[in-house]
Amino acid sequence: MDFDLPLIWGVLIATAVMLYVLLDGMDLGIGILTGFAKNDDERNLMTATIEPVWDGNETWLILGGGGLFAAFPLAYAILMPAFYLPVLLMLAALIFRGVAFEFRHKAVRKPTRLFWNGAFFYGSLTAALSQGLILGGFIQGVTIEGRSFAGGAFDWLTPFSLLVAVSVAIGYVLLGACWLVLKTEGEVQRRARKRALLALAGVALCFAAVSLATLSIDPRVTERWGFSMSQIEVGKILPLAPIPLIGLVLTALVWRDLSGRVSAPDWRPYVLSAGIFLSGYLGLAVSLFPNIVPFEIDIWQAAARDNALMLMFVGAAIMLPVILIYTGYVYSLFWGKVDPEEAYHD
Amino acid sequence: MELDALILSRLQFAFVVAFHIMFPAFTIGLAAFLAVCEGLWLWTKRDVFKRLYLHWIKIFALAFAMGVVSGVVMSYQFGTNWSVFSDKAGSVIGPLLGYEVLTAFFLEATFLGVMLFGWKRVGNKLHFIATCAVAIGTTISAFWILSANSWMQTPAGFAIDPETGNFYATNFWEVVFNPSFPSRYVHMMLAAFITTAAVILAAGAWQVVRHHDQEPTRWQIRMAAGTLAVLMPLQIMAGHWSGEVAHEYQPAKIAAVEGWWETDRIQPTILFALPDEENERNIAEIAIPGTSPYLFPGEKGDLKGLKAFDAEDRPPVAIVFWSFRIMVGAGMIMLALGIWGCLLWWRKKIDKPGLFHWLAVPSGALGFISVISGWVVAEVGRQPYTVYGQLRTEDSVAPVSTGQVATSLLIFMIVYAIIFTAGTVYMARIATRGFEDDAPEPPEREHRAPGWSLGAVDEPAEGGSRNRKPAE
Repeated sequence: MDFDLPLIWGVLIATAVMLYVLLDGMDLGIGILTGFAKNDDERNLMTATIEPVWDGNETWLILGGGGLFAAFPLAYAILMPAFYLPVLLMLAALIFRGVAFEFRHKAVRKPTRLFWNGAFFYGSLTAALSQGLILGGFIQGVTIEGRSFAGGAFDWLTPFSLLVAVSVAIGYVLLGACWLVLKTEGEVQRRARKRALLALAGVALCFAAVSLATLSIDPRVTERWGFSMSQIEVGKILPLAPIPLIGLVLTALVWRDLSGRVSAPDWRPYVLSAGIFLSGYLGLAVSLFPNIVPFEIDIWQAAARDNALMLMFVGAAIMLPVILIYTGYVYSLFWGKVDPEEAYHD
Repeated sequence: MELDALILSRLQFAFVVAFHIMFPAFTIGLAAFLAVCEGLWLWTKRDVFKRLYLHWIKIFALAFAMGVVSGVVMSYQFGTNWSVFSDKAGSVIGPLLGYEVLTAFFLEATFLGVMLFGWKRVGNKLHFIATCAVAIGTTISAFWILSANSWMQTPAGFAIDPETGNFYATNFWEVVFNPSFPSRYVHMMLAAFITTAAVILAAGAWQVVRHHDQEPTRWQIRMAAGTLAVLMPLQIMAGHWSGEVAHEYQPAKIAAVEGWWETDRIQPTILFALPDEENERNIAEIAIPGTSPYLFPGEKGDLKGLKAFDAEDRPPVAIVFWSFRIMVGAGMIMLALGIWGCLLWWRKKIDKPGLFHWLAVPSGALGFISVISGWVVAEVGRQPYTVYGQLRTEDSVAPVSTGQVATSLLIFMIVYAIIFTAGTVYMARIATRGFEDDAPEPPEREHRAPGWSLGAVDEPAEGGSRNRKPAE
């Protein structure tokens, strides 16, 4: 049998990153929201909604990074040096965020407690922003020479990447707030709903702005969506139009759910918000495919040897379903509202 | 290519990986210890094992979190600082790291949630399975990472693409089970168990000298001393096995470890020396002559000295030489402690504070010292190559500026200093506090309460508490 292994791996890694965004993005969003918590009780309740699962969620980021190394070593070798500083920033932020999950509860004195609460908030915020900077820099494309990065240390820093960074952070807040709507009750839930609405407004604005900006970033992207010099190619835009349209419809639906006009089940805002992300992600994939280092190197050029891809494909074909099953099992195990009595550690 | 970025990248990698390895080494052993405790509790129904479990799982939660966050750093370091290496070796060792994520990381991370928060929801047996899943996950993880690292030491089953100069696998079985992998995997796993045993012994000894004479303390100090007494001799054999493999495949490393400059049929065992790399000799050498036939009985030919290698193909001698002696020295102290502890146990004196306990307390650090210095021997001894004999370190580094690497190194040093200090303080606080008398009942099934954390420490923070108070 003949597989297009680079294509399969491109899809697999894109899926891993997507799952990371939906799962740990929500963790980071909650981290940002803890900065606006009324008191430590509310903060503890917020973190309790994700404490049993955050570690597994973050593992998708390792699969994204490790998978890129394994499946597309050339892309990994070009992109990591290109985003050296934002990657460093993200790692440092994730370190603080990760240990703060535990350390927050261990701090006895008030200053240290404040410190770790701060580490959780700023760690989450910085991680979200730096992921956005990396994404923005990625969409812009990087300068290469031969088989390596040849640009400057701050090439990634542009108005566009800053816009993407803010969008990602607000998007994460939306996911986090929707998760809180699902996992909490009463006053905390009410506040989460309000914040989710605010975030949704931000997401609508930001995603639209990023979409338009992305269209103008490279003529090849513009062309793919059917816009060229002076005319619009209906034949190109029509098959793709559902992607942004679905995003718009989902935004409206989340709005309706959150504003309380209809009595929506608590899981729906999160799932529909995930749908908004998905449409944005798909739109991006359409714009950039098949580049893995925009707009220089495609997935076939960057791919590892076929025997390496095949070996990993066998592993992924067996292990990914298993991982998804036990991840689903653990999520279902912790299904339901978090009980405030049980959530507080102190 | 700036030499400065190269040196800083090497320093940074050494620093972040040395920091990271402490936590896996400790959690591999601790996960196994927890699985044993929980298994013994389910089997014997003796309360003492549950108390041990509930005590150590709190420390485990902290150590594991620190291992996770410093591990994420590692999976990006290859690209950010060693991109040329990543490009060249990706098709060979990439899949090993991919398998590590797929077979180990998700297993550990996901079931850790059940282990820490799920007891109320899954019942005892399933909870035990979750503990075992985490313990097995740590073992699988070590398998893949040791395999990848061993391939860099003793590359096998590969060829080089003449067009790109990239490595590719000709036989993945040979890649995974490369010559140094079996011995190094065994060596590392034993090191992890020993490191943990030393910590558990130290915590137990502390309880004894503080006269916190509790039943779990008595168990933990016996289990730890027994583990050291049994595993340390095995570790010496595993270390020797590893040395024999290195002698065959990396003679320059062994020459540096031994401090041999000249090539000779029979070599001495050098106990102390200050290797002088400039003048290719040892200063102030104290050696036992004529020992090499006993250490390398299979060797019929000459034993190569460092002078047999061009100066630019030698590893830094003094670092390798001294790290090795630190590792062995720390190991010998732990062996002595293990045997001493077992003697005291046999003579029914192990629960009475004495010199043994006072020495055992600081010796809790020896496992970590041993592990780090052992890795220094392995990795600095691999120099000047990243892939031994194939790809030089100076040809592996990423095209990033000195300023960027200096910044990142500085940031990692600050960040790690903060979390290391806090983590150590929090862990030590739990370890030294003693066992809780009224540890919560193993919670019932079907209790609707997510988020009950076994790993949570109930510090008497402001605002009241539902604390279990430390036992007297």
